[in-house]
This record gives sequence, C-alpha cells and structure tokens, in this order.
Amino acid sequence: MFYRENGQFKTSYKSDQQIFPIPQDRWLILAIVAFAFLGIPFMVDEYLFRAILIPFLILSLAALGVNILVGYCGQITLGAGAFMAVGAYAAYNFLIRVSGMPALGAILLGGFTAAAVGIVFGIPSLRVRGLYLAVATLAAQFFWDWAFLRVKWFTNDASSGSVSVADIDVFGWIVNTPTDKYLFCLVILVIFSLMAKNLVRGSIGRQWMAIRDMDVAATVIGIRPLYAKLTAFAVSSFYLGVAGALWGMINLGSWEPAAFSIDRSFQLLFMVIIGGMGAIAGSFFGAAFIVILPIFLNQILPIIGGLFGLEVSIALVSHVEIMIFGALIVFFLIVEPHGIARLWSTGREKLRLWPFPH
Amino acid sequence: MSGRKIGEVILDLKNISLSFGGVKALQDISFDVREHEIRAIIGPNGAGKSSMLNVINGVYRPQEGDIILRGVHHANMDSYGAAKAGLARTFQNIALFKGMSVLDNIMTGRNLKMKANMLQQAFWLGAAQREELEHRLKVEEIIDFLEIQHIRKTPVGRLPYGLQKRVDLARALAMEPQILLLDEPMAGMNVEEKQDMCRFILDVNDQFGTTVVLIEHDMGVVMDISDRVVVLDYGKKIGDGTPDEVRANPDVISAYLGASH
Amino acid sequence: MSFFLETLLGGLMSGMLYSLVALGFVLIYKASGVFNFAQGAMVLFAALSMARFSEWIPEWLGMDNLFMANVLAFTISIVVMFVVAWLIERLVLRHLVNQEGATLLMATLGIAYFLDGVGQTIFGSDIYKIDVGMPKEPVMMLESVFEGGILINKEDFVAAFISALLVVALSIFFQKTSTGRALRAVADDHQAAQSIGIPLNRIWVIVWCVAGITALVAGVIWGSKLGAQFSLSTVALRALPVVILGGLTSVPGAIIGGLIIGVGEKLSEVYLGPYVGGGIEIWFAYMLALVFLLFRPQGLFGEKIIDRV
Repeated sequence: MFYRENGQFKTSYKSDQQIFPIPQDRWLILAIVAFAFLGIPFMVDEYLFRAILIPFLILSLAALGVNILVGYCGQITLGAGAFMAVGAYAAYNFLIRVSGMPALGAILLGGFTAAAVGIVFGIPSLRVRGLYLAVATLAAQFFWDWAFLRVKWFTNDASSGSVSVADIDVFGWIVNTPTDKYLFCLVILVIFSLMAKNLVRGSIGRQWMAIRDMDVAATVIGIRPLYAKLTAFAVSSFYLGVAGALWGMINLGSWEPAAFSIDRSFQLLFMVIIGGMGAIAGSFFGAAFIVILPIFLNQILPIIGGLFGLEVSIALVSHVEIMIFGALIVFFLIVEPHGIARLWSTGREKLRLWPFPH
Repeated sequence: MSGRKIGEVILDLKNISLSFGGVKALQDISFDVREHEIRAIIGPNGAGKSSMLNVINGVYRPQEGDIILRGVHHANMDSYGAAKAGLARTFQNIALFKGMSVLDNIMTGRNLKMKANMLQQAFWLGAAQREELEHRLKVEEIIDFLEIQHIRKTPVGRLPYGLQKRVDLARALAMEPQILLLDEPMAGMNVEEKQDMCRFILDVNDQFGTTVVLIEHDMGVVMDISDRVVVLDYGKKIGDGTPDEVRANPDVISAYLGASH
Repeated sequence: MSFFLETLLGGLMSGMLYSLVALGFVLIYKASGVFNFAQGAMVLFAALSMARFSEWIPEWLGMDNLFMANVLAFTISIVVMFVVAWLIERLVLRHLVNQEGATLLMATLGIAYFLDGVGQTIFGSDIYKIDVGMPKEPVMMLESVFEGGILINKEDFVAAFISALLVVALSIFFQKTSTGRALRAVADDHQAAQSIGIPLNRIWVIVWCVAGITALVAGVIWGSKLGAQFSLSTVALRALPVVILGGLTSVPGAIIGGLIIGVGEKLSEVYLGPYVGGGIEIWFAYMLALVFLLFRPQGLFGEKIIDRV
C-alpha cells in the first residue's frame, strides 16, 4: 500500500489522536524498534556498539532532554552537560552510599536529583530570557564543573578524581557485554521517547509551546509561566540526569568531570539545532549526526588528502570537524531552523497528500 | 436581538487611573458591563482603549481604582487570575502560538480545565487520554461553530490574516469565558470578513450568552452590534450610553471631527 | 597589606583585559542586538594571525627587523579581521535580521566554532610566541609608603595603559565622528536609522571591524603574556559575566564591570578559595552575574529592559 493519507479517513477523534495517525508510519516505527531489538544485536561487532550505537542511544536521550527545554519551551541552555554530571554523580553516590540500592533505582534517582537542581537553576528563567538565561545556565555549568572536581565528598574521596562503578545489575541481569549495554540503553530510550512524545502532544506540551511562541498570550489564556517553565526545566534535567548516569555508568564505566564539560553542553545544543528544534525525531537525527560525523571524517579525510598528496593529521581532522559543525549550525539556523527533522517531514508531507497536493 | 436578556452588572470598573512613567494612559475612568450585553469601547488612536482592556484582564495593573467582578474586588489581579475568573480575550496584533497547529492553539484554551498530572500525561494513562478526548470534542464544536474545519491541522503561521483572527477568537472561546474581551476583532479585514466576524460575535453573544467587551475602530460596526458604548479620548471618558445617545453627544462629535477618522 | 594590594592590582590588570573583550561584546550588541559569542574565537584568530605572520614575514622577506615584522604582521592582522567581519555580515548576519536574540546567540556560537576550526587549520594549533617587546621584568613600588612595597609586572602596566588608550579612542570615535553618530543612531532604533538613510549593513560591518580590532589588541596583549593558544578562545566565557554585571549596552559598564570581576575573582580566589578547595574564580564571577540577573537584570549601567504588549 502507498504511503499516503489521501483516502484514509478517521472515524473518531481517538484514532486521530494517536502518536502516529498514519498506519504506514506506525508500522515503520514498529519495524525500526523491532529491528533494533532483534536484528542489530546479531549483526554488529563490538566496535560498532562501543563507538557508535551506545553513545548514540545515550546522547539521543540527552538530546531529548535539551529539545524539551530549548525546542519545545524555548528556553536556551548552555549548561546541559552540568545536569548530566549531576545525574551521573548523584547516581554514583546513591549506588555506593545506600546499601542494597538497585542500579536502576540509582539511575532514576540520579535523574530526579538532576531535575531538582534543574528547577533551582531554572528560576532565573522567570525573570530573564535569551542571552541572560544562557548566562544562568552557564553558571550551573561552571559551578558543577568545579564542585565535582574539588568537593571530595561527591567523588567519595577518590584520590585520582575519577570515579568508577562495577558492572550494574538490573533485576539479576548483569549488564556487562556491549550487547547488554546496548539493549539496556535501548529499553530506556524507547520508554523515555514514548514518554516525551506523550508529554509534548498533551496539555503540558501545549503549555510549553505556548510559552515558547508568545508568553504574554499564554498567561492571558491561563497558563502559568512559572509552572510551564519550571516543569520544562525539571523534565529536561530529568532526562539529562538519566542520560548522564548512563553515560558514566554504562558507556564509560569510570569517569571524570571533564566528561560533562561545557563542550558537552554545546554539543548537545548543536544536536538539537541540527536535528530539529521542537521535534522528537530531531533529537535522534541530531545525535546520530554528531556521533557519526567525526568517525566518518576520520575515515574519509585521509583518503581525500591522499588524493592530493597531503598528509592529514588527527589534529587537522578535529579542526575540520569543528569547522563543519560551526558552518552547519549557521546553515541550519538560516535555512531550516527546524533542522533535519523538518526536511524529513516536508518530504513526507509531499508523499502524504500525493497524488492530490491541493 | 433574540432570546437573550441583559442582566445585572457583572463587571464594574471604578475610577481607574493608569500611567507609564509620566504618561497618563487612563485617567479616572469608571464604567460598568452588564451580563449578556455587548459593550463597546471606542475612541481615536491613542485614546487608551487597549490599555483599558489590558487593565481589565490584568496585563497592566492600574495605580488607582477598583475592578469588581461579580461582586469580588480584583484590583490586584494578574492575567492568569483574570483567566481563572472567566475572562478571555483576543489581541489586536494577533498573538497566536505560531509554531502550533490550529487545533493545538485552540486546545491551549482548555488548559485551565485540564487536570491530568504529568505522570498520567507521560504514560498517556486513563485520565489523561480521557481528558484529551473530552476536550477535543468541545474544541471541535468551536471549530464547527467558527467554520474552520478545513484548517484544523494547519500551522497557524501559514494562515491568511482573516483566518488567524478567527482562530484567535476560537482560542478565546475554548476557555468558555463569561466575559469575552475583543481587541479590534475586525481590524485589517475586508468587508466580507468583517461581516463574518460580526455574525460570529453576535452568535456567541446570543447562543452562549457570553458578555462581550470590544474595542473597534469601525464606527458603523460598533453602532450596529453594541448595546452600550463607552467613548474614550486622551485617556478620559467623554461619553457613555446607547449608540444613539453616544452619537448625539457633542463631546464625542467634536472628538471624532477633531481627529481624522 | 602589601599582599592585599598586590592581589588587588593583579585583579585590576586582568580586569582591564576582560574589559577589552567585554567592549567587543558591547559594541556589537549595541549596534546589532547580537550577543557575539564568537568574540573569544575572534581574539584567538587575531592572536594566531599576529603570532604567525610576525614569524612568517621575516622568513618570506629575508629580514630580521623585529619591529618592522611586528608592524607588518599587525597591519595584515587588521586586514584579516576586517575580512572576517565582512564575511560574517555577508554570510550570516544579513540572513538573520529580525531574528530572536536566542537564535542570533546560537548563530554566533556556530561562528565561534567555525573560526576556531579555520584559525587552527590555517595557523596551526601549537602555542605560538608573540613578541612585541613588552617589558617582562617586575618592579617594586610604593616602598616609601609602607614596608616591603609591592611587586608589579611592568607588562601588566603597559597592557592596562594600552587598553585604557583604546577605550578612550573608541569613546572619541563614538562621540565625535559622523560614523560614530550613525552607530549610535542604529543602536537606538534600527528602523528609524534606516529610514533616515543610514546603511544598516555597512554600519554592521564597521562595528564588527571595530570589535575585530579590540579582539586583536586583546589577543596581542594576552598572547604576549601567555602565548597565542587555543585557550584564548575561552576568554569569551570569562568576560561574559562582565557584560552582565556592567550592562550589555554600556561602554563604561564594560570597563567597570571588567575591573570588578577581575578584582572579585582574584580576591575571592585568594581569600575564599582555600576554604573551599580553590579554583572558584570562574563560577564565582558567574554567581555574581546571576545575582545581578535576579535583582537588576539590566546590569549596573544598562538601559532598563521594558516588555511591551
């Protein structure tokens, strides 16, 4: 059957309110998820898990968090990395300090701690916006950078400054092989994506978007900016916190505060801009792009350089990489502020009404 | 006018004064609004009409004066409080949420009535799903009423001006307000669109019994549809009464002849 | 006492440099409403250009006159910064007119990344020396006032003096020249300025050029002290609290804000740092800025922000 909406009629509002109103979309997504669970684990090698798939899953989760705040609620953040750090260190402390704490519990508690911290640093958003808010989030970034480096309690007085956790145990499932880690992150990402989609299509999501688009009008129709903004900060930080805990405990195993530095914060913001602000799918596009591009450039640049008889150093590759990121940010902001997700959906919409576009 | 009956005073504004820095936008203005009536505020540019509306729904707080809504004092009400108290409004420069669809824009008007908590929404549990459906039905009624079915999924940014104005009205109606404040609902429209809008305002007033307070430039329209008219000029009230009384008021005549309209 | 004064003076000196970077922020913000996150990248770019050209020129021309080499390198760097300014206006700003502040901010973040990448690709990514003959030896001062006197770097003195000179020159440029008047008109009201025939695009290029020059001066001073290296790019982050404190639209605000942050950082690090584990410089400045944001969002000298419905 063709991918299109023409001729498909909804007979109830309920069917119109599904996450994917078009059956073909629904099947496609289901197929992708099924493939991710049942196909990929048997097809890829350890390198692919470690270098691409696991980072992609966790960064997608973090990008979802940033997208909720920046893309849906319109509040800029340059401190997303700090909330990942809070999640990671909080989860670590819950795990080692509370006896019998299950790993999953620690990860979620890490998320909740990040949410609480997010609310505190979101308070300035009630008074200031734009650049000024960016400064408040940078304050969070630098404060937590410092705190996790210098306040020894957070790192359990580890002399090296880095903390590490043993393989985690989820209801008896020891998550230690790359495949296990991949599946564990995948389960969490699928659940969290569904939650995010439900939130943004419901009443709270409309409140966020209303605040983003026109805050005065939002107040006039009975939306409290305080509630809308702080919930956005809380939910966003919760996602970031959980992502941070996964990044530390699953992806890295042992880590230092530098894993969540300001570069991470910028990287997350770039994912959302490139992937698509205000689109759940944009978070995945952005994360995939940012994880894959450096690996791709590492492979391709030396080959291109070789064609011209040039030696391409690792430093050069990294410079070209940040050049491309910079140029793409500007490009997307000018040409398509809604990122790859919008390019994707425009293409889809054309198909959807085909063959009768008018 | 058909079956509606104009009732008691529902909104009473007493001695309202508002200034920005040294500029006096409103000086000692008093008037009242009765239940179910259509009350117009007119006046030349800069007369303080929009400021008046902003005072009524709490966007601005007057330095002096009192607002009594159904017998309750509301001088320190903010715009969220006004929304809770049953006031809805439209904007002169359309203030729709431009990144959202028509349907979502109108659904935001139901926000105060939606009670499902965040956890229920995140998992789309019973209450959240039920609520979403229930309010969708109400919103669809309004969409039918304003004849905008064909654009319900369109992002509002892509709509022509006249339709945007209609969506703005739909969003306000979704709040099921007791008092509807309209800030120049017909500004910038062509004759046909104006006629439509007039019809909608009269229908709202007639069918839902909603009290309407409106600002309008087009004198013909105002005199046709309003029950009573307040005239402002340079922040002062210079006339108040039925359209016929206002038309005969010498102060009003000179204000309007003095300014070019 | 002498230790306190030394700390204070050290703070004032580094504050002067913050002021210089902050000045670049303020100029661009006033004229185009853009908060230029790329100011730090411009400092790095300018410093790298200066360092490398002063090294390359003697090689190319086969001369060994350090002074001439520096003059030529400085001139070329000015041209380079002008080209950068022109390109930014042409390729980016022009297409983002009337966008929201947050969008512009993110765009400058993109520019910053791009400039960092290009700069290091062209000029290399090591630490390069800038030798413009800054005096390096320390001097003793105020020995007659109290015992021991205080020890100061001559270099800091010269740097502060140059910064002050630049600030004065810019003030004169803004107040006395017709271009300066046009700039101020644009800062007040874009549309009004445009309607009386001030070419907006040219004004923007000019402010970005001026900001480029302040970046070059800051880059040279800092580069001669610490070497031209990637960490210069992060001075934008150090100078950000300065503009919040001083007010985004105020030139004197940038200067005084820079001094306050410079002194505050040093004093807090020296007197407060030991109790909390040190390294509090950066976040202390940000927390200070945060307090201002909550209680006086327009900063010390900025214009009050008024929201209109």
